[in-house]
Amino acid sequence: MTAAFELILCLMILGTACVALLVRDFLAAIAFFVVFGNLMGLAWLALGAVNVALAEIAIGAGVTGVLLILTRGRLLALGEQIDGNPLGHWLNLGAAVVCSAFAVVLGAAVLSIAPDDGLAPVIDRLMPRIGVENPVTGVLLAFRAYDTLLESFVLLGALVAVWSLAPADAWPRAPAALRMTDPAALNVAESFGRLVLPIALVVAAYLVWVGSDRPGGAFQGGTVLAGGFLLAAMGGAMGLPRSDDPAFRWTLVAGPLVFLAIGLAGMALGRFLAYPEGMAKALIVTIEYFLAFSIGVTLALLVAGPPVRAETVP
Amino acid sequence: MSPLDLLVAAPLAFMVAALVLGQGGRWLILAAGPVMLGLSAWLLALPPDAAHLVGNWDLPLGILLRADGVARLLVPATCVCFVAVALYAWPEFSPKAGRETARAHTFWPMLYLMWGGSNAGYLTTDLFNLYVTIEMVSLAAVALAAMGSLAAGLQYFMIALVGSLAYLLGVALLAGHYDTVDATLLAVRARPDLPTVLALAVMTAGLLVKAALFPLHGWLPPAHAAAPAPASALLSAIVVKLGFVIILRLWFEAFAEVVRPAAIHLLGGMGALAVIYGSIQAIRQERLKPLVAYSTVAQLGYLFLAFPLIWNARIPGEPWAAVLVHAVAHMLAKAAMFLAAGLMLKAVAGDRISDLGGLARAMPLSVTAFALAAISLMGLPPSGGFTAKFLLLHAAIEQGQVIYAGVLVIGGLLGAAYLFRPLSVAFGASAAPVVRAEGALRVAAPLTLAALAIALGFAGMTLIELSSIGAPPAIALPLAEEPGP
Repeated sequence: MTAAFELILCLMILGTACVALLVRDFLAAIAFFVVFGNLMGLAWLALGAVNVALAEIAIGAGVTGVLLILTRGRLLALGEQIDGNPLGHWLNLGAAVVCSAFAVVLGAAVLSIAPDDGLAPVIDRLMPRIGVENPVTGVLLAFRAYDTLLESFVLLGALVAVWSLAPADAWPRAPAALRMTDPAALNVAESFGRLVLPIALVVAAYLVWVGSDRPGGAFQGGTVLAGGFLLAAMGGAMGLPRSDDPAFRWTLVAGPLVFLAIGLAGMALGRFLAYPEGMAKALIVTIEYFLAFSIGVTLALLVAGPPVRAETVP
Repeated sequence: MSPLDLLVAAPLAFMVAALVLGQGGRWLILAAGPVMLGLSAWLLALPPDAAHLVGNWDLPLGILLRADGVARLLVPATCVCFVAVALYAWPEFSPKAGRETARAHTFWPMLYLMWGGSNAGYLTTDLFNLYVTIEMVSLAAVALAAMGSLAAGLQYFMIALVGSLAYLLGVALLAGHYDTVDATLLAVRARPDLPTVLALAVMTAGLLVKAALFPLHGWLPPAHAAAPAPASALLSAIVVKLGFVIILRLWFEAFAEVVRPAAIHLLGGMGALAVIYGSIQAIRQERLKPLVAYSTVAQLGYLFLAFPLIWNARIPGEPWAAVLVHAVAHMLAKAAMFLAAGLMLKAVAGDRISDLGGLARAMPLSVTAFALAAISLMGLPPSGGFTAKFLLLHAAIEQGQVIYAGVLVIGGLLGAAYLFRPLSVAFGASAAPVVRAEGALRVAAPLTLAALAIALGFAGMTLIELSSIGAPPAIALPLAEEPGP
């Protein structure tokens, strides 16, 4: 990438961030926030961090954007005033000054760290022992698999936490249907959803498979899957499950459970989360497929929200 | 096989089982209780240098788990609290035919997530791994807090997120700077330069918010007071301790060479103010649960007040043991107090202290549990609270730290002032109200916890020996003399 491209990209990132912060219309602010997220994804690409770029675009721009738009819809339905900036000018100015000062100190600290290869040489030396070639996968699923295992339970826990917000008489119904209400929009969404879901399945499966050697992996695959589920649900091609549906519960826990079981099986052979010689790659890919599926379902249900009383529109 | 992994893996397996079982999830505690208490006993029986790398991946990249004194004291205490709280919560969070509620289903997976997270936090030396454990515990804590008051839960969520992000920023700086986030390696590598100091500052600030040290405590009283009794007990006893333990690891292990006396006294001063402020607020409360919640603000102050006393001590082992014993004693006593308060308030169908009149005759066992917990919180002998405060006072006087010694004494008196008030009403002469009898388990849970808090007072030497196992070098070796203020 040329310097000019990077300069323009940086200016656009700053510009969209400023507009998102300053614009008075809430919907416009969300739009600029989504654009900002996508540009950040490009910046990560320019820095060679493809995995981070995928996550930023999928979660930072995609899922967060959807959540913000849903939030706006609910606030409007409640009759809340959501335009404009609620804080006073002086408070804004004070926050800007404090944040800028902190950014300067942080910048000075980061720049004072001597650039080096970091842990790359250590990771490169270990990679042959697990038979996968993507160092990110190596770190996430082998060298620091313990972190990833615990994080997969955090994601599962997040969905349970959202469920606990369900009104007293709503349990164990399904979340509010995402199906569009406008007939014309539903028509488009229905055919689009039917078209996209199989594609999302294939892309997700590919991303997980390719993740062992190139950028990709369970989290990226899971996000694509979640996107497919959500579009299908919006078009009415898929309903949302009741929270106490046993089959649905198994799909949620499958990923963390398989990960934990393989970790414990390693204990029988010596150490928790140790992979036996020669089997590392097979086990990693197995974990990743189960994880991707559970992550996809969990993320989609996180967006859908807690169970609601009746068939209400969000 | 090692309890270091199983103490984390087992609660997570129970979380999965609770989700799959759905309605029957609450039965799992009958299996989880013995398993976890057994694993805790195994942890205590491990040789002093027990430690291993997860998956055999070496440092600086891998994750080291170890059974040091902190883990050996806090993990068993955590397990005892969880078992007691779960047995108490059993009838409250069980699905009833016809009126099922979400929380009867979600309480149990959240409990196991918090259990696994806090155990993982006490056992690891890896600062990023600690971030993940903070996430586990905070997420479950937010869900439990929101069961009482959605507004308090949301406020807590925002604050917990800011705290987590500040901590994560520090971890990122350290990872870039030292190519490791392991506390034992950082103890050797850390230098007092800008990135390190900034990282320590933002991490500490983020953790202080989570540990609710005055003046960053604002979120705690509304969240802890509004939640259902078992949730309040977990929030006050377990959740705030993890932030404290991580600060302890940062300041006395990873960055013992970087920390300066001024910073230590800043933390100590905040702790002293927390003791005074929390106690005065507790005295001013008219309702019982906010009183107990403000008592948590005050009691957390002691944990940080101890920092300068450890730092300046010629033999830091004693105040080090004191702070850990205080953490354990507060865990047991505060869980007992919230559970007992829950029973008392339910019996009188009110929430004010003045509603408690004559309860001592109506429900003597629950009021006894409250009183025993109060004895430990006030620091009266014999109790864990007394042992801890006595050791701290001894260290303060020995070092000539008059201010800290004064705060310790005044804090004890203020503690007596706010805790005697509900007790004097309960033991008062007014006619005993007619109350419905509670299940034996629900009465036994707070009584057992409070009795254990008292029993700690008889185990002083054992606790001091346990706490010194694998203590960080800054504690184990006599320090160079640092000038006091």
